[in-house]
Amino acid sequence: MTMEHRKMIDDRKIKTAEMANIDLTELPNVTVGDISVENPRMTARQVQVNYGDKVAIQDVSLDIGSCEVISFIGPSGCGKSTFLRCLNRMNDTIKSCRVSGDIRLNGDDIYAPDVDVVPLRARVGMVFQKPNPFPKSIFDNVAYGPKIHGLADNTGHLKQIVQEALERAGLWSEVHNRLDDPGTGLSGGQQQRLCIARAIAVSPEIILMDEPCSALDPIATARIEQLIHELSSEYSIVIVTHSLQQAARVSKRTAYFHLGRLIEVGLTDKLFIKPQHEMTNNYITGRFG
Amino acid sequence: MSDRHIVSVFQQELDTIKTKIIKMGGLVEEAIVSSSTSLYDRDAELAEQVYAADAVIDKLEQEINDEAARVIALRSPNADDLRLLLTVIKVSGNLERIGDYSKNIAKRTRVLLEMRTIEGSPKALRRMAREVEIMLGDALNAYIRQDEELARAVIARDEDVDQLYNALFREFLTFMMEDPRNITACMHLHFMAKNIERMGDHVTSIAEQVVFYTTGIKPEEERNKADITSSDTTLSNLGPMVIKGKG
Repeated sequence: MTMEHRKMIDDRKIKTAEMANIDLTELPNVTVGDISVENPRMTARQVQVNYGDKVAIQDVSLDIGSCEVISFIGPSGCGKSTFLRCLNRMNDTIKSCRVSGDIRLNGDDIYAPDVDVVPLRARVGMVFQKPNPFPKSIFDNVAYGPKIHGLADNTGHLKQIVQEALERAGLWSEVHNRLDDPGTGLSGGQQQRLCIARAIAVSPEIILMDEPCSALDPIATARIEQLIHELSSEYSIVIVTHSLQQAARVSKRTAYFHLGRLIEVGLTDKLFIKPQHEMTNNYITGRFG
Repeated sequence: MSDRHIVSVFQQELDTIKTKIIKMGGLVEEAIVSSSTSLYDRDAELAEQVYAADAVIDKLEQEINDEAARVIALRSPNADDLRLLLTVIKVSGNLERIGDYSKNIAKRTRVLLEMRTIEGSPKALRRMAREVEIMLGDALNAYIRQDEELARAVIARDEDVDQLYNALFREFLTFMMEDPRNITACMHLHFMAKNIERMGDHVTSIAEQVVFYTTGIKPEEERNKADITSSDTTLSNLGPMVIKGKG
């Protein structure tokens, strides 16, 4: 990431928080619904994020269960992406950002001073809105992570890891005979699945997806959603999406954020038929604003 | 709660569906009253009107279902909008059935007008129909106002209609035992009473839909069924007694 790009993101985040013009006094203090699950892989408690002196999210507590798909929904600037980025310390890349509260991955405090973010981000992988393959070959895109984390014993093992990751990402049959071609030469949907293969090549425990289908056509979107379904037997998946239908289709639980607060969380089928909070109802029916 | 959608066309579509279900409900209420009044007043013309109005009710049901299916397909509604559309399809089906029962009463009225009157029965039937019509009015008001309490009260009142039906069932049996020349008329009257009892069940079903629309939960508890005519052996034993008595 270039310095210029980083600054751009930094500015955008500050602007988003400003635009949201957060007045936290009018919002409920307590999240509606059960924030905890039986076998949490990750627990977040009283998380607050500030961009400079602006509060972006406040008092967000939520568990991410083992092998569950959970969606974060809410209007732009509500803090859902900010919270997502706390879960693998991606917010560390934004200079003015300050995170407080307690976030644990399998009981380990991920914000402890001695935590190295590089292996953390392997344990909590991330897939972004725009497919961002490295300007390398398809093979090297997937092999990169296992190489730097020293997961492969030899070249044969590395090849095996790459193949398995591409197979799990549903891409192997489409690329197995052109692994040396540049990753950037693939279609948008294929590039996104390549990024997912890259994330799972390092055997993460959680995969964070920030609007992974917003740049894809409906067929490529369906493939990613099918992939999310398949991957959920092994990984916990957190997906931020602007598509309510996508949240409804892919996730077991849904969390609704609004103005930096987690308003409601619950089973997706319950939340989409009878949400408990009026704000959730207004948002998912299109009466918001 | 802001009750208007950002997409105004979506709001209009939902409003149109609501308007149509209210209109359909109004027509069905009228059909219930008119059909029983046509019998009580021996008014063939009114019976004819009930017959004609049923076509309008059927058409409205079709329109509501088409429109609801279209909105579900195109707008992917959620939460209360989804619950409205799911329930409106069932409610319109219930209303259409009630309309059919009214039409059947009107049809039998035309036949009964050619026969000797059975004292008191048309009045009792009209009272029973009136009770169902009031229940329907309340169920529809509960639907529009999303009033769970009123809907549950309607569900509880179905028992009264069942009791009225039981009483009429016994009455018709007695008339038939007294004089076999009453049998044809009593059979028609009994079918009418059964029609009204079934209307009560459909109104109850509408009220149950209202509970789901309002709370997102279907009422679970088994409601009291007071229609005992299909299970009471002392009533069915009356059959052989009639034959024996005449033999």
